[in-house]
Amino acid sequence: MIERRNAIYIAVAIVLAIVPAFLNAYWVDVLNSIGIYAILALSLNIIVGHAGLFNLGHAAFYAIGAYTAAIMNTSFGIPVLWLLPLCAFTAGLFALIVARPIIHLRGDYLCIVTIGVGEIVRIALINNVFGITGGANGIFGIDRPTLFGLTIRSPYQFFYLIWIFAGITIFLFHLLEYSRFGRALNYLREDEVAAEGSGINIAHYKLACFVVGAAWAGMVGNIYAAKMTIISPESYSFWESVLMFTIVILGGSGSIPGVLLGAFLIIGLPEIFREFANARMLIFGAAMVVMMIFRTQGLLPSRPRTYDLTKVGAGEGSS
Amino acid sequence: MELFFQQLTNGLAVGAIYALIALGYTMVYGVLKLINFAHGDLFTIGAYLGLTLLTSMALTEHIGPFLGVSVLAIMVMGLVAVIGALLDRLAYRPLRESPRLSAVVSALGASIFFQNTVMLIYGARFQVYPQNILPKTAINIFGLYVPLIRILILLASIVMMGALYFFIQKTKVGTAIRAAAIDQGAARLMGIDVNRVILMVFLLGPAMGGLAGLMVGLYYGQINFTMGWVYGLKAFTAAILGGIGNIPGAMVGGILLGVIEAMGAAYISIAWKDAIAFCVLILILIFRPTGLLGERVAEKV
Repeated sequence: MIERRNAIYIAVAIVLAIVPAFLNAYWVDVLNSIGIYAILALSLNIIVGHAGLFNLGHAAFYAIGAYTAAIMNTSFGIPVLWLLPLCAFTAGLFALIVARPIIHLRGDYLCIVTIGVGEIVRIALINNVFGITGGANGIFGIDRPTLFGLTIRSPYQFFYLIWIFAGITIFLFHLLEYSRFGRALNYLREDEVAAEGSGINIAHYKLACFVVGAAWAGMVGNIYAAKMTIISPESYSFWESVLMFTIVILGGSGSIPGVLLGAFLIIGLPEIFREFANARMLIFGAAMVVMMIFRTQGLLPSRPRTYDLTKVGAGEGSS
Repeated sequence: MELFFQQLTNGLAVGAIYALIALGYTMVYGVLKLINFAHGDLFTIGAYLGLTLLTSMALTEHIGPFLGVSVLAIMVMGLVAVIGALLDRLAYRPLRESPRLSAVVSALGASIFFQNTVMLIYGARFQVYPQNILPKTAINIFGLYVPLIRILILLASIVMMGALYFFIQKTKVGTAIRAAAIDQGAARLMGIDVNRVILMVFLLGPAMGGLAGLMVGLYYGQINFTMGWVYGLKAFTAAILGGIGNIPGAMVGGILLGVIEAMGAAYISIAWKDAIAFCVLILILIFRPTGLLGERVAEKV
């Protein structure tokens, strides 16, 4: 089973690696958007899919990362990609600070608070908070990223940067899913009381998954800022959070292949329907409803873990 | 002082509108545990239907402004209620037994659908309500001139909320709604047709939301197809503020949010108006995790 899935991953990776050669710059750019949203949705998947926490303000963390990169790059001239760890740190720290007092809130209360945090961040950016965010116009003139002396400029070059980052993300998040940490998150999603009874420190794990998800979104923010070279608050609206959330739920919450497929459909389909012009978002909305009705668990739901008993020796399962 | 009272009455009027929308959120949440993200767009549809009926039928010219607006309000409420019931039937009812987050995505999809339907029919630009529907007089209250429309909005909202409260508390159908909100399974065993209760909720909530849309059109004079997002978010905030599932809570939360926003805009900063509302919400939830009046929702443990 695992082997078959690996084979599918490898096949998809090979197709993705050669497909830019057959596409024009526009469609490569669409694939770049898909990649960015795929990574964002994967980072949100840790919070929504694995831990079952209702986060509709993920764009805030994305924004913090992007603005960190933009401010440090334009003010101090630090190369953008070097700022990746710093972006992860600031977004993670922000998540830690805002999530700490609200983490005990249940379901829908957490939802509205995360929406609120997202809106507060956006409004703060528009109002040029601390005089460093450039107000409604945002920040422009961010440097192109350089990697091993090569300046990444064209959509084709960005394609490889984004999708290699996506590949690393998928690999790490896959490990995370099967780690002690991932199991703990799933447990507290299924039954908080039982999880706590089994010695899982709920507040600690919830906070940790928020920080990990936010830090990853912060790094995506960095890449987005480098790709666009100009960022403004409107790129981090509530709508962005809704998109990420929809990708996770529609693809299959808690399932990495599901989230990837969700990103392709949610970001890719409106591009394909571009010829319908104005009606495309209407079709998109109706399609969301219909897809949820026919695939309530998402397109590729996460499967319960299976353990091959013949391969597990005595005591190995306890690691 | 003048500024304070003007902002207070303005905040009360806006808050009453929030409260009307919040009622729809809170009733649906109470029975279905679903955040109906499409509710804000039902509000928008109410505003646009109001505009269409106002311009096409010219009711106010035939039967006078007050009676005309009342008839208009009833028509808008009826139409939006039907749309609300259809929304439930098509987008939510097939998802009753599925995970809650699936229904939320369905709600988001329905919201996008409504928003774009309105945009395709009416266009993306702001639409202007005809002026002089209601006399533009100001009423002298203890030396302060308050626009008539503010007082009318406040009065109409209070009447509607009172009627709804009476309906929920005193009638048989209202009792059924409350019973279904506490425990659907048990309500079903007591012979309550829960699907009919849900239908009732999806008639009442959107009717209130549609009325609020008409009020916003009459109050501000212009409407836009995206305004449902903002008002919906605010009203949902209001519902949470008061304690979701709690009908008096939605009323208190709405009025409070309106007043806080108006005061914040006047005394702190108009640019931070929306952020102030959310900051207050977060602070209140930190100290009272289930809202001001507490929620009335049965939670599975």
